[in-house]
Amino acid sequence: MPDFFQALCDPDIAFIRYALIAGILASIAFGVIGSYVVVKRISYLAGAIAHCVLGGIGASLYLQQVHGLTWADPMLGALFAALAAALIIGLVSMYAHEREDTVISALWVLGMSAGIILISKTPGYTDPMSYLFGNILMITSADVWAVLVLDGIIITIGVIFYNRLQALCFDEEFTRLRGIKTRLLYLLLLGLTALTIVLLVRIVGIIMVVALLSLPAAIAGHFCGRLWQMMLVAALLSMGCIAAGLYASYSFDLPGGATIVLLTGGLYLVCFGYKALRH
Amino acid sequence: MNTNPVISFNNVCFAYDQSTVLEDVSFNLFERESASIVGPNGGGKTTLIKLILGLHQPLSGTISVLGNTPKESSVRIGYMPQSAHFDQSFPIQVLNVVLMGRLGKRRNPFYTREDKQAAMQALDETGLADCVARSFASLSGGQRQRVLIARALACDPALLLLDEPTTHVDPAMEEQLNETLAHLAKRLTVITVTHELGFVSRRVDRVLCVNHTVKLHPTSEITGEIIQEIYGSDLRMVRHDHQCSEKGHHHA
Repeated sequence: MPDFFQALCDPDIAFIRYALIAGILASIAFGVIGSYVVVKRISYLAGAIAHCVLGGIGASLYLQQVHGLTWADPMLGALFAALAAALIIGLVSMYAHEREDTVISALWVLGMSAGIILISKTPGYTDPMSYLFGNILMITSADVWAVLVLDGIIITIGVIFYNRLQALCFDEEFTRLRGIKTRLLYLLLLGLTALTIVLLVRIVGIIMVVALLSLPAAIAGHFCGRLWQMMLVAALLSMGCIAAGLYASYSFDLPGGATIVLLTGGLYLVCFGYKALRH
Repeated sequence: MNTNPVISFNNVCFAYDQSTVLEDVSFNLFERESASIVGPNGGGKTTLIKLILGLHQPLSGTISVLGNTPKESSVRIGYMPQSAHFDQSFPIQVLNVVLMGRLGKRRNPFYTREDKQAAMQALDETGLADCVARSFASLSGGQRQRVLIARALACDPALLLLDEPTTHVDPAMEEQLNETLAHLAKRLTVITVTHELGFVSRRVDRVLCVNHTVKLHPTSEITGEIIQEIYGSDLRMVRHDHQCSEKGHHHA
């Protein structure tokens, strides 16, 4: 088997190169949005959005196969489901103060089970595993372009709304009293989170994507005194973990998504332990 | 004294679902009258603040703040929430906390030089100009309170509303904070929520006693009997006899 760096240049296994490029590009969005998710403490909501994505994937596979709608690409379905889930979850968390966690857990499993049923009813064999845990074999150059476009959208909005989003995460009530439409802003943040989640579903899968969204930002949060520094460090950490994870998975024949997430989680525990020991 | 009421409540009632929190509240506070809101926990202090800020709508009655509805006036109120309300490890610089007071002043999503000057001036006024570049998480409790007061000042408010500005603050720092507030009260209407009655009688013109309804007293009238009436006579610790008798002597 050729070595990882040779494999990156091998035109026959281009998916590795695409996976690495898509991962590194997506890391920028992950650093920016992951930091907002961590300081606003909404990784639970991000988890629910991620799991609802399977519903969208299932629906588009079903529409493609059964109704012959060729435009219903699974990634389009994922995008649509993620945004719809973000909107519903956002409204629930704003207006159903009581039992918010119960409602969100219900959406979490509903989205997922709808996806499983639709996939199982789709003729031909589709392995839900590759969506749940990621599959770098499925990555094409089109994915790289999609990541690039979404990155552009997320970073532009993230920069323009930086001051307002920072204020929203720090003190929502005060921000609202300043005449800022905090409910819309919160929905915007959840929408950006949904877009970001869709970026890496191909590589790390629905179940583990939240780990990659929140852990690098959580590590960065231990060392950074500014939100933008946290974003920068989180993006670099995420790039490092994705590159190292892809390298390890190729060299030792391990599942890519799981390797990346295990590395990130390990790094988080090491930093957490280091910080705990120092005190 | 100016005759425009800064805050005017007229027969206001408020309830969360079934339980009535405030009933038949009527009072007027006038410009540059500093007031303190006192009362037992669960008596409705926080609710009263949220009504003033327009975060809650009254069930019945009318509220006017700075001559408008509370919602329309909320941008002209410098509000400082309780410090327990914050994530202590939030990665943010002191200057950026204070700059939040400048949000919503214009459509521009970025802060201008003018905003930064206003924020610096507010920090100067609360004695924290040296801490601009420090991270909020690294400050002491008292310094954080001052940053939050500075943030409220950066709004260019006509009315300052401070929720327990001296909790978690040691006595020496509390004295400094009180001086800052007394200084601000010369040019602004300052309303503070407080647990401590001694603090009230020294600095403030009016006391709003909140327990299911609201009674407005000039500070000279606050006696042991009134305190007992607000809190219930079985609570010995809130009597603060020393402060009350001192004021009582003045009047006798």
